[in-house]
Amino acid sequence: MKSPRVLPGFPLALGYTLVYLALIVLIPLSAVFLKSATLSGEQFWTIISAPRVVSSYRISFGISLLAAAINTVFGLIFAWVLVRYRFPGRRIVDALVDLPFALPTAVAGIALTALYAGNGWLGQWLQLLGIKVAFTPLGILVALTFIGLPFVVRTVQPVLEDLDIELEEAAASLGADRWQTFLQVILPVLSPALLTGFALAFARAVGEYGSVIFIAGNVPLVSEITPLLIITKLEQYDYVGATAIAVVMLVFSFTLLFLINGLQIWTHRRHGRITG
Amino acid sequence: MSANVAARWTTQTRRFEKNAATREPAWVKAALMTVALLFFGLFLLLPLATVFAEALRKGWQVYFAALAEPDARSAMVLTLLVAAIAVPLNLIFGLAAAWAIAKFDFRGKQLLTTLIDLPFSVSPVIAGLIYVLIFGAQGWFGPWLIENDIKMIFAVPGLVLATVFVTFPFVARELIPLMQAQGREEEEAAIVLGASGWKTFWYVTLPNIKWGLIYGVVLCNARAMGEFGAVSVVSGHIRGRTNTLPLHVEILYNEYQFAAAFAVASLLALLALLTLIIKSFVEWQGRQSMHTSQNISEVIQ
Repeated sequence: MKSPRVLPGFPLALGYTLVYLALIVLIPLSAVFLKSATLSGEQFWTIISAPRVVSSYRISFGISLLAAAINTVFGLIFAWVLVRYRFPGRRIVDALVDLPFALPTAVAGIALTALYAGNGWLGQWLQLLGIKVAFTPLGILVALTFIGLPFVVRTVQPVLEDLDIELEEAAASLGADRWQTFLQVILPVLSPALLTGFALAFARAVGEYGSVIFIAGNVPLVSEITPLLIITKLEQYDYVGATAIAVVMLVFSFTLLFLINGLQIWTHRRHGRITG
Repeated sequence: MSANVAARWTTQTRRFEKNAATREPAWVKAALMTVALLFFGLFLLLPLATVFAEALRKGWQVYFAALAEPDARSAMVLTLLVAAIAVPLNLIFGLAAAWAIAKFDFRGKQLLTTLIDLPFSVSPVIAGLIYVLIFGAQGWFGPWLIENDIKMIFAVPGLVLATVFVTFPFVARELIPLMQAQGREEEEAAIVLGASGWKTFWYVTLPNIKWGLIYGVVLCNARAMGEFGAVSVVSGHIRGRTNTLPLHVEILYNEYQFAAAFAVASLLALLALLTLIIKSFVEWQGRQSMHTSQNISEVIQ
């Protein structure tokens, strides 16, 4: 240590933090890995590569990726409009961006289902066009887009607010048009934040349960997400099966978490601030 | 003061719109605004409006009857009870973690910060599963718990544990960056001048982190009251006993009592709106005090 500690309470604060972290998070999480260790490698592989399970990965990961991509594009536009343009009600719109964080997922689930069902406000019009959203994979996409919406907006917005106006003035004075300035000056500065927002929205979508199950229809091999499969196995008292699938999801989430952490440190070094 | 901040925000935007170098052609601006507002309407406003419209579809009488029903009332009490235990626990943890991480140097700090965020990246379903593996009938402590007639899973303690897990990082992740940015000089001065550790915390640290603390607690509370996936796994769905409000919504919905389900859901939606209002207010306070301290340091320099 460089300087002697003046402030008191370090052993108590750190000790309490570590004990609480171990009791609530680390030891319980290790139970998943210990339980799955009772399986042989072959048994483990049979469970996690069963056709119904594999198709649930495809649905969960595929649709989550798509939802995160949609959120990246629209989140950027949304953040841009909030930072750059004045319009009546901007503060209310800005506050409501966080609604998916604050609204319980079960409420979001039944609301989206009612909205997109055949007799719903949107569903009845979409039905005329021959598009079915509720109880199809498209419904999962709608729910996951809703859930991930705030992530990109909230990671991009502060970077956009801090952007030096001089950069854009310099680009303009050197003859760049607005589109060139955006592509070559603004977008490179925003890209770490965009990537972080994308990864956060993706990670959240993969684990999401509450908002999806109401709208998905939950047909095995078609619209059954991986978290639901864990619940199904638990309800059949197949604890080992549920745990094996949980291990796959946890390994994926932890990898993504460390990637996101790396991304945020990188953004921090580049711009002197942490986003998100 | 408040007008000042609002004015500053508006001036900044106006600066972008007035400057030819940072202004888009009118049609681009119109197109972007349209896309953003359509997206806003479609994904945020309509689902919110649906909750209230469906809740009142059969009139106020059905609405209030759904809320006054004994099962709904016991769900409300249970939701409040679970939040009343989980939020203070995570508040104390958040303060301890932020004090250790922000005010001292030690090895493995970055790792510890990452580990604190861990529950955010775990699916809520797995958050429930882990406690079933430990306290369930076939779990580590299962036989012992049965012998001593203690119920953890399909009972209130399980609900509390699952809720504590999913809301674990909220307060800590709000306080750590805030306290790191504030440094440790003020506390060190107080200690050197003879204040006790407790007094320093109470009179120096707490006023500084007040808004961040409220912010973290409000978000933590919203998630604690609204959690669905994790509590669904450990609850066992015993009506009137282990049903929180979100689980009650699910049961009513699955029984095709749509108006009642949305009536209970509207309570949770109101809670979400209240959370957003408090959050905006706190952010605005934070912005204001930041500007105030900037103004002060400008004056001093």
